Amino acid sequence: MITTDILIIGAGPTGLFAVFEAGLLKMKCHLIDALPQIGGQLTELYPKKPIFDIPGFPSINAGELVNNLMEQIKQFQPGFTLGETAQTLTKLEDGTFEVITNKGTVHRAKAVAIAGGLGTFEPRKPTIENIGDYEEKGVEYFIKEPEHFRNKRVVIAGGGDSALDWSIFLAEIASEVTLIHRRNEFRGALDSVEKVQALKDLGKIKLMTPAEVTGIKGDGKLSAITIEKDGETFDLETDYFIPLFGLTPKLGDLANWGLEIQKNAIVVNNALDYQTNIPGLYAIGDINTYPGKLKLILCGFHEATLMCQSVYNRLNPGKKFVLKYTTVSGVDGFDGSRKEAEKAVVKKID
Amino acid sequence: MQDINLKITDRNGAIHEVLAPTDMSMNLMEVIRSYELADEGTIGVCGGMAMCASCQVYVIAGSEKLPEMGDEEDAMLSEAFHVKDNSRLGCQIHITEDIEGLEVMIAPYP
Repeated sequence: MITTDILIIGAGPTGLFAVFEAGLLKMKCHLIDALPQIGGQLTELYPKKPIFDIPGFPSINAGELVNNLMEQIKQFQPGFTLGETAQTLTKLEDGTFEVITNKGTVHRAKAVAIAGGLGTFEPRKPTIENIGDYEEKGVEYFIKEPEHFRNKRVVIAGGGDSALDWSIFLAEIASEVTLIHRRNEFRGALDSVEKVQALKDLGKIKLMTPAEVTGIKGDGKLSAITIEKDGETFDLETDYFIPLFGLTPKLGDLANWGLEIQKNAIVVNNALDYQTNIPGLYAIGDINTYPGKLKLILCGFHEATLMCQSVYNRLNPGKKFVLKYTTVSGVDGFDGSRKEAEKAVVKKID
Repeated sequence: MQDINLKITDRNGAIHEVLAPTDMSMNLMEVIRSYELADEGTIGVCGGMAMCASCQVYVIAGSEKLPEMGDEEDAMLSEAFHVKDNSRLGCQIHITEDIEGLEVMIAPYP
């Protein structure tokens, strides 16, 4: 079981910065994220795109901002549960929270801050009527264990980087790889496109374009897919069908936590501390809503700061504290490190 | 700089005639959001980078006024769902005086 002061759900920029503000107040943080890496949208959607409205940075690439945030918070030693989704949240009798992920990891915290951005990134599923019946019975949206596909027939659909990369990877493992895309053009790194071309020329990948998977057949388990190509419809026998059409954010399980939801976002008290209708449970960054809400990273930073002050007051009722400036008081890391401004030299000039 | 008239059919089939400013460097996705013609979280999900297709629209009238599709828009639509011959991404349609009278229908999501 993982225990911490503040459990942060979502390791995007807002969640990461909250670790810093919590650290200044001597509170430890642990972050959960559905994605296998930190950074949220910035890493998943646009790591190489510039952001121009981070105060003090005329331009910074999204990926670089995430790296900087990680550098800024590392002395506060945040813990991470990555690649897992927060599934259930329970308020225990002593007022603490228990959050269990889809993989069964148990977290206990004195306060919880949901910094989930647009929600949990889930695979975009093609609109094939009976696809739900075959999920995990031949239809896979993620490739968790490549060995699973050894000597099997695999059909991959999609036209982006993940479809290209996995076709390349599985070409060496599977007995047969067919890549299906609606167009002749692929959108991916030039290197990947060229590799797929080479593997196709070697006969290791079968390319089917422009074509579309329109049906799934099987008896309890997938046995064939229906393909439409050049106005013709035909079946192709296969062991696995892997549609890779990118990810889409969904509010997911937290919609069932008793939170007040409005317009796909969590309603918070913005006059004070971004607390939700459940005391001790906060929502910060793009996932919350209040009158005048703006979904901006810089607003998320502000919200994270106020949330941390509020949690401090909750956890330490009556304990005196005033906001300190890092320039004056420095930063004491949980790892024993200390950062501080250089002292001015006081010396007589003769 | 004059506002332009647009006709937008929402996902429930209701038709909205709206005015859109041409001097705020807006795009069609942002106009739809500003008039709240689609639920937040189901439109402009990626922020307008041609990366999610949540702002896909079908152009009903005025397609000849629109500039050609860029590579990013073309590639995204090749992976999106519910795509038709008249599909475009709202985030890639800039609000200029050239598109006065454009008529679109917001495509289903996701």
